[in-house]
Amino acid sequence: MIEMNNVKVKYPGSKTYALSDVNINIEKGEFVFIVGASGSGKTTLIKLLLKEMDPTEGKVHVAGFDYAKLKRRNIPKVRRRIGVVFQNFRLLKDRTVYENVAFAQRVVETPGRYIRRQVPAMLTLVGLADKYKSYPKQLSGGEQQRVALARALVNKPEILLADEPTGNLDPKNSWEIMRLLEDVNKKGTTVVVVTHNKEIVNMMQKRVITLKKGEIISDEKKGGYIDED
Amino acid sequence: MRISSGFYSIRQGLKNIRRNILFSLASIGTIVSCLFLFGVFYCVIVNFRTGMKDLENTVVISVFFKEDVTDQNINLIGEQIRLRDEVNTIYFKSADEAWEEYAKDRYGDRYEEAIASFAGDNPLKYSASYEITLKDLSKQADFVSYLKGLTGVRSVNTSEVTADGIAALNSVVGYASAGIIVILLLVSVFLISNTITIGISVRKEEIAIMKLIGATNFFVRAPFIVEGIVIGLVGSLIPLVLIYYLYDNVTKYVIGRFKVVSQLFAFVPSHDIFAVLIPASAIIGIGLGLIGSIITTRKHLKV
Ligand SMILES: Nc1ncnc2c1ncn2[C@@H]1O[C@H](COP(=O)(O)OP(=O)(O)OP(=O)(O)O)[C@@H](O)[C@H]1O
Ligand SMILES: [Mg+2]
Repeated sequence: MIEMNNVKVKYPGSKTYALSDVNINIEKGEFVFIVGASGSGKTTLIKLLLKEMDPTEGKVHVAGFDYAKLKRRNIPKVRRRIGVVFQNFRLLKDRTVYENVAFAQRVVETPGRYIRRQVPAMLTLVGLADKYKSYPKQLSGGEQQRVALARALVNKPEILLADEPTGNLDPKNSWEIMRLLEDVNKKGTTVVVVTHNKEIVNMMQKRVITLKKGEIISDEKKGGYIDED
Repeated sequence: MRISSGFYSIRQGLKNIRRNILFSLASIGTIVSCLFLFGVFYCVIVNFRTGMKDLENTVVISVFFKEDVTDQNINLIGEQIRLRDEVNTIYFKSADEAWEEYAKDRYGDRYEEAIASFAGDNPLKYSASYEITLKDLSKQADFVSYLKGLTGVRSVNTSEVTADGIAALNSVVGYASAGIIVILLLVSVFLISNTITIGISVRKEEIAIMKLIGATNFFVRAPFIVEGIVIGLVGSLIPLVLIYYLYDNVTKYVIGRFKVVSQLFAFVPSHDIFAVLIPASAIIGIGLGLIGSIITTRKHLKV
């Protein structure tokens, strides 16, 4: 489902590699944690998978598409198979919770009658049914995060990329979100979660890929959180 | 694109206009002035042209014959001229007619007496002529040299000055109005483009997210193209309404105030003018909006 071969990324103007010699192979239906210290390249990895940027070297394949050969007009086709939760949520400030989630469906041109059915269902699933009329600035960080998750999941993607989806949540809510991700994964979605949450990573016994200064220092099937120090 | 997506794009396009109302109004304003001028020029030119047609018919070319040419040959020459494409009307003025006209001119009310005093002798007996009007005055010079080349023709009289004057005025008015309109068209495209650029920069984050979650290029651009079209359409409707009332009132006023005008000249009915002006304005307005939004979105919205 996801394959990276000898990937290197160097941001313009930077002397060091944000990612170097990254080789990852994630099968369909896997659940993978990506962990590592701040600045270790986790978000950069997510950006590559979304084709938000291209690697300086190496190859990226997602859902059968070779990103190096992907024509510009086919980029939306790949992205529609991916749901994404951005590290800083990236909600639309001038739209309600409902509209933020519906937005993902409008963008992929879902007929209105499906939108009206699926958005409330999704909001119920993430526990925000009663806040559908609120604007992002009226929500707590954790609530905003859940809106972002609802937006990522509403199109029933084959792959879910979540960049710290529990960063602002208390332990109870964090677990709820993780259960939700596990459910989605059981239904067949490949899930890639970037997180700093040691407790969750250790409890869930999933595959854990650890990055350090842009390199993979560990990739374990039923791994735990590796403390740097 | 689906119908519901179409509606969504239209709503977003209208929202862009509302959010950015000042610039949208400025764009609409320029298109209004551009198409208003276009419409006024069109009305003036159409009326001018019809007036000109009347005038052209009064610019007459007279062809006179050598003394030894027989009536039969004069008839033959007449047939020859009649076949030419440039000819609008051709009228044979006999020597008697010419003399009678001259006498009326010269002696006024007492012309019959004067004619009688010549006792049937016509002093202008070699002054039979063809009086020709042309379909297009600009062809006059060529046509005159053609006439002069015919055997049996003694002389050709024209009113050269009038013809040149009218043709020149015609093209000066044409070029001047075309120039002003072209400049206004360019300003309109520039302003629409600026308006849409602002709309795009305001919605940068939204556009970035749209693209990252799989929006097609067309879907991202559609609201801005809608914005351009709506600005163009509104900008073309306002001047049409203005000109409609203006034309109606001006023609009524002129006819009421200057009775002479209505005898010399008939205004082209507004129905005929608007049959052309409505589609032309709408096409130009929408075209400006489309061009402005397409070049702008092409420049700023690459996925
Ligand atoms: N747009 C950019 N331009 C230049 N350098 C960048 C850019 N984005 C990230 N970097 C650099 O690349 C490296 C990896 O950044 P990245 O955002 O992938 O880290 P991260 O693992 O997501 O960190 P965090 O846990 O803080 O989110 C860092 O050294 C960062 O400074
Ligand atoms: Mg990050």
